Amino acid sequence: MSGLRILVPVKRVIDYAVKPRVNRTQTGVDTNVKHSMNPFDELSIEEAVRLRERKTPVQEILAFSAGPAKSADIIRTAMAMGADRGIHVQCNEGEELEPLGVAKLLKKVVEGEKSDLVILGKQSIDDDAAQTGQMLAGLLGWSQATQASKVQIEGDSVTVVREVDGGVETLKAKLPMVITTDLRLNEPRYASLPNIMKAKKKPLEKKTLKDYGLDTAPRLKTVKVTEPPARKGGVKVDDVDGMISKLKELGAL
Amino acid sequence: MASKLALFKASLLSHIACRSVHRSQIQLPCHVPVTIAQRGFAVSSRRRLMEMSGFTTEQMDVREAVSKICSKYPDEYWAEHDESGVYPHELHADLAKDGWIGIALPEELGGAGLGISEATMMLHTIAESGAGIAGAQSIHANVYATQPVAKFATPEQRHRMLPKLIAGETRTCFGVTEPNTGLETLKLKTTARKDGDSYLVSGQKIWISSAQVATKMVLLARTTPLEEVKKPSEGLSLFFVDLDKSAPGLELKRIKKMGGRAIDANEIFFDNFKISADTLIGKEGQGFKIVLHGMNAERCLLAGEALGIGYAALKRAANYANERVVFGRPIGMNQGIQHPLASAYMHLEAAKLATYHAARLYDSSTEDPTITQHAVGIACNSAKYLAAEAAFAACERAVSGSVLCCGGRPEIGCGCLD
Repeated sequence: MSGLRILVPVKRVIDYAVKPRVNRTQTGVDTNVKHSMNPFDELSIEEAVRLRERKTPVQEILAFSAGPAKSADIIRTAMAMGADRGIHVQCNEGEELEPLGVAKLLKKVVEGEKSDLVILGKQSIDDDAAQTGQMLAGLLGWSQATQASKVQIEGDSVTVVREVDGGVETLKAKLPMVITTDLRLNEPRYASLPNIMKAKKKPLEKKTLKDYGLDTAPRLKTVKVTEPPARKGGVKVDDVDGMISKLKELGAL
Repeated sequence: MASKLALFKASLLSHIACRSVHRSQIQLPCHVPVTIAQRGFAVSSRRRLMEMSGFTTEQMDVREAVSKICSKYPDEYWAEHDESGVYPHELHADLAKDGWIGIALPEELGGAGLGISEATMMLHTIAESGAGIAGAQSIHANVYATQPVAKFATPEQRHRMLPKLIAGETRTCFGVTEPNTGLETLKLKTTARKDGDSYLVSGQKIWISSAQVATKMVLLARTTPLEEVKKPSEGLSLFFVDLDKSAPGLELKRIKKMGGRAIDANEIFFDNFKISADTLIGKEGQGFKIVLHGMNAERCLLAGEALGIGYAALKRAANYANERVVFGRPIGMNQGIQHPLASAYMHLEAAKLATYHAARLYDSSTEDPTITQHAVGIACNSAKYLAAEAAFAACERAVSGSVLCCGGRPEIGCGCLD
C-alpha cells in the first residue's frame, strides 16, 4: 500500500461562541453571524495530520466541504492546518443538505478519490444530527468506529479507543473505514502564519451538486424553530434540610 | 512619539476601564496566579463592533488566527503581569512559534513576506484581545524596527540578523529617543565613534521599551558631529547591535510607569560601549533616511494598537450599558449614555480608515513611485494621531460611564454627569 488516502469532510457552522438567535419567521436561526469550522471537524483534520506526523504512511489528506461560497474559507483553514488539497461543492440557497444527502455525496467522493479512510466529526454543532458518519459507513459497507478518543493504524489494521458509558472501549477493524472524532481525541493546532500562506497556493477544486448527479432532495421539513422557554427564577433554601425537602417536593428525589 | 503620551494614557485608561467593570461584578482575586488557558475551539465575540467590510482576506486571516492565540490569555493574565511587571514571555513564544514575528519580513529569512497592512491588523488584534499596549509592545519593535534592517542591510547581514529573531530566539528593542531630543531626531546626541573594526558608542537613550528582555537593539547614533554635517538629514547612522548587558560601557535603568507595566521602559547609558563595525546598516551617515522606514511602519502599528484598545474599551462599555440596570432599565437605554458611545464608535471607525489607508500606502510605496515617502509619512503620522485620539476618547467614555454608575470615584460618585 502506498499510503492512506484520507478524506476529511469539514463543515462551516455558526461559531461555537456565538449565541444563535431564532429568526423572525421561526424557520431557522439568524445566520448573519460569525461562522467557523465545526469544532469536531478541527479534531478530524488534526488527527489526519498527526497520523502523518506519527509516520503512519499517508499519501494524501483531502479536505472536503459542501456548502455556500464561504465554506471555501473553512477548507482553506483545513489546508492551513495540514490538508493537502480541497474540494468545495458549492450549494446555493435551497440546496441545503441533510445527513443522508451528505453521506451519499461523500460516498461519491470516496469512490472518485479512492479514499480508504474517512475521518469526520461525530456531529456538527449546528444541526447536532450525529448521523453522517454512520450513514456513510452503511452506504459504503465499511467498518466504522464512532466517537474516537484514540486512533492507531498499523498496516491495514486500525485500533480505535472510544469513550462509552462507564469506561472506554477498544475496537479493532481493517481498512477501509470510517472514524468519527470526539472531544478528547487531540488538541487541534493553530494554523501557523507560514502555513496559512502556503494554504493559499494549495489546490481547491470547485464543484456543484449537479456534478455528482445525486438525489439529495430533503426528506425532512422544518416545521418551526423556537427559543427554549425562558428560565424561571430559582428559590433560596435556608439549609441542607431545606434543600432536600424542596427536592422531594419537586419529585427529584 | 508626539502622541506617546496620549497612547500611554489610553492604555492606562483602558486598564482602569477593564478593572472597574470587573471589580464591580466579579471581585478579581489579584494574588492568585493566572494560568494560560488551554487551547479552546475557535472563538469569536458575540458583539462585533468594528465594521469588517473592505479588509483583504489576508487581513481577515491574520485577525482570525491571532485572536485564536490571544484567546488563551485572559484579562486576569494581563492584570497579573501589570501588577508584577513581568514581560509576557509566553505570548511572545506562542506568536514566534507560529511564525507571527516575521509577518512582514521576507520569506527567504523565514518570514511570511506580508506587509505592514497585515502587521497592523495583527497588533490591532492583539491589543483588542485585552492584551492592550503591553501585549502589543511585547513584540511590535520586532516587527517595525526590523523593516529598515530587512530593506537596507546586506544579504549577509540579513541572514545573520533576522532568522533568529523571526524564530523568537532573539528580540530587539528600538534605540532612537533621547532625553531632550525625542521629537528632534536630527539633533540626536548619542555618538558612535569609529575605532578600528568597531564603533564606540557614548550617550544616553530614554523610553526604550523591552530593553531588559531584548538581546539586540536597532540603534540610531551620530557618526558625524552636528556642526560638520553637510545636510541636516545626514550624520546619523543605523546599527543592529548586540545588547550584552554584562559588557562594559552599558547600563540600563528601568523607568517606573503608571500603566502597561508588563513591558519595561528604560533609560540606557552608553559609555564607550563597543559595537562591531559590521552591525552598521546601510551607509554611514544615512541612518535618518533609513530609520524613517521603520518609524512610518511603527506609526501604523501603533495606530492599530490604539484602535484595538479603543474598540475593546467601547465593547466593554457597550456590554456594561446593556447589563447595568438603574431605575428599572439598562443605562444603555438613555441617550446620555448612547450618544457619547456612538460618537466614540464613529471616531474609531474614521481612525480605522486612516490607519489602514496609511498602511496600504506604506506597502504600495515600494512598487508605486507616485506614492512619495512624504505622502507615506503624512498618512502614517496622521493615522497614529487620529487613532490615539479616538482610542483615548473611547476609553475615557468607557471609564466615565462605568465609574459613574458604580459610584467608584468620590469626586463624581454622587450622581451622573453623563
